[in-house]
Amino acid sequence: MENELKLVSGAMVALSLATAAMIIVPFLQLKDEPAPSALKPYTSQELRGRAVYMANGCIACHTQQPSTTGAGIGDARRGWGRASVAGDYHYDEPPLLGTMRTGPDLFNIGVRQPSADWHLGHLFQPRAYVPGSIMPAYRFLFEIKADGSATKEERVVALPPDTAPLGKVVVATPDALDLVAYLQGLKHAYPVLTPAQAEAVTRLLPAGRKAAPPATQATTPEQPAGNSDAAARTKP
Amino acid sequence: MNPTAILLATFLLSITGLFAFIWSLRKGLFDTESTGARTIFSPGEIGQPEEPSASAEQQRQLEQVAAAHAEPARGVAPSEVAVREAADRSSAFPAFVLIACAVVWLIVASAAGLLSSLKLHWPDLLTEQAWLTLGRLRTLHLNAVAYGWAPLGLLGLAIWMLPRLLQTQLQGGRLVIAGALLWNAGLIAGLGAIAVGFSAGMEWLEIPWQIGGLFAVGGMLIGLPMALMLQRRQVHHLYVSVWYVGAALFWFPTLYIVAKIPGVHFGVEQATMNWWFGHNVLGLFYTPLSIACVYYFLPKVIGRPVRSYNLSLLGFWTLAFFYGQVGAHHLIGGPIQEWLITLSIVQSVMMIIPVVAFSLNQHLTLKGHFSALRHSHVLRFIFFGAVMYTLASLQGSLEALRSLNAITHFTHFTVAHAHLGMYGFVSMVIFGGVYFAMPRILDTRWPKPILISLHFWLVVAGFSVYMVTLSIGGILQGLILLDPARPFMDSVAVTLPWLHGRSIGGALMTFGHLVFAWHVVLITARSGVLTHSDRGVIQAAAA
Repeated sequence: MENELKLVSGAMVALSLATAAMIIVPFLQLKDEPAPSALKPYTSQELRGRAVYMANGCIACHTQQPSTTGAGIGDARRGWGRASVAGDYHYDEPPLLGTMRTGPDLFNIGVRQPSADWHLGHLFQPRAYVPGSIMPAYRFLFEIKADGSATKEERVVALPPDTAPLGKVVVATPDALDLVAYLQGLKHAYPVLTPAQAEAVTRLLPAGRKAAPPATQATTPEQPAGNSDAAARTKP
Repeated sequence: MNPTAILLATFLLSITGLFAFIWSLRKGLFDTESTGARTIFSPGEIGQPEEPSASAEQQRQLEQVAAAHAEPARGVAPSEVAVREAADRSSAFPAFVLIACAVVWLIVASAAGLLSSLKLHWPDLLTEQAWLTLGRLRTLHLNAVAYGWAPLGLLGLAIWMLPRLLQTQLQGGRLVIAGALLWNAGLIAGLGAIAVGFSAGMEWLEIPWQIGGLFAVGGMLIGLPMALMLQRRQVHHLYVSVWYVGAALFWFPTLYIVAKIPGVHFGVEQATMNWWFGHNVLGLFYTPLSIACVYYFLPKVIGRPVRSYNLSLLGFWTLAFFYGQVGAHHLIGGPIQEWLITLSIVQSVMMIIPVVAFSLNQHLTLKGHFSALRHSHVLRFIFFGAVMYTLASLQGSLEALRSLNAITHFTHFTVAHAHLGMYGFVSMVIFGGVYFAMPRILDTRWPKPILISLHFWLVVAGFSVYMVTLSIGGILQGLILLDPARPFMDSVAVTLPWLHGRSIGGALMTFGHLVFAWHVVLITARSGVLTHSDRGVIQAAAA
């Protein structure tokens, strides 16, 4: 090859094709995707909590994408909810899909663990709640104060016995409270298909998969998974 | 839009484009003894190994290995030697700056990586400081490798190779140094931002765009001298390494700028963009630069041109076409369009073509010369890297298949795979390249060749432990995640012994890097690099 112009233009054509396939077409297909009506925008506290989540790299161990394959099917059968669809991420800037399940998927953590006390205590010392957990303790999101010195506005974390140092209390910082508000808000239990769409999907299923309950119910997190992934596989 | 039609159209377009290019470029290249492959050798040099890290005895052994398979080298004309010497002198300082920075970032990245690994099985270690939390430390490790060690090391080697490849002197060396300074400034600011908690939130793109712009500008400044040199080149034919370097230098700024334009990307489209970037920075930046190094250093060390130049062509253009579209295999089962995932899986499997083309070519070139591995440090590193590239890429093609992906997705297996590519391949090639280039850059020998062997065996041992333990741990983890009857915590418990094993591997690798860095300090001190540039000025003034 003697011609550098040919080389560079060929290289850039190859990259443009890739860009068209992976950015431009998805952009066009998704730009008018509406938010599901049951999905609420984040409150400002949740948004601050989301920033704490991003700042501390929670994405290193946690996904937010109940997938339609592999571990996602396993999770659905554990009762962790339906697979996610593009609209679920309408308000996410950026979506925190993640690639690792060193810890569990958090897309519906607000459903599984609604208690703020649980989240605060768990962030302070995960092993006091989940034996064998390898999640880091987030000590820096809390202040340790002498017993009785916390003011009325401060949130003293209710902890299992022997978790706080002797004679001290653990007070949550605003960052910890924001993060917990965000985690509590991670609830995607609403259905993403209308009853008519679900009906249509069920009709397309192979015979073996129709036995389970109708797909309209398949969108609540507690259901057996057989059809939750089926419903999600055909994205509206 | 009909997904099948899009898929089919893209695929056909890729194939057609591919064959069009091969057709337009192959003229005269079907001869077994291609002249193109000889570009990197001066007349009379074939059969003469160049191994700057070798001792006199090793050099003699290498010459024997080469002599068994080629006409004895006739010797290079003094004028040719002078041209190469001038090329080496012109690139010495800019290449040294880039490589020295890379070594510093290697140590930073190793420390962050090792500590992250330890924290994963000792979760109560160092929990008081926000910047030392696992999520930030792991991100620091990734970014110090992805924007520090790997690109600076590879760009340093590219800047050093280009004047030799084009048989001209480095043009715009100051641009390179300015680019390196900007790049390092961006990296220091970017890592600082991550440490204090300003993260853009997307993997591989955590450094905020306000800072990341420096990478795009710095990268362009480092790439500009290539354009200047191309105009003054003394070779008619552009050697295969030049294609890879040239394309990569254009690809990276494009990738980074498109990925970082603020306010354009939204929602799930951001995720497809994220993996378009994440995989392309591997496939269209580190990989081609590393392949360029292999295509240069391997033939030089054994004194034999690349066997099949056509395979190089096929490898280059198939890499360019297929690699760009594989990114969505990171989102298999995710909330994006199914056609896009399928497209990426197809192209991931098509990646077998460039990889086999590359591997076959290196194998054919090295055939009959394998005993050279015993006598050359550089060749060991480069050969190890080339083999790991083959393995990493074939493993990647398999991992993209839905059936296997179901097990490995979301597990430590993916992390092991990433290290197979970025460490086994890219880092090992950089080590080999540095061992080749540094003696030429500093005009002196490596002071303690035993340290090179120590470095090699430490990182090979560490890397093997790392790969084996983490791959096994990842598969076990994946199998438990698949089984709804097992509680999630089982998938954590099963990985623990393997995570300990990974830390041991990581510690050995880190120790190897300290040996390497120390040796770089020693050779720099020995050369008296600071007085060296003065000497150059004096000589120039005298002439």
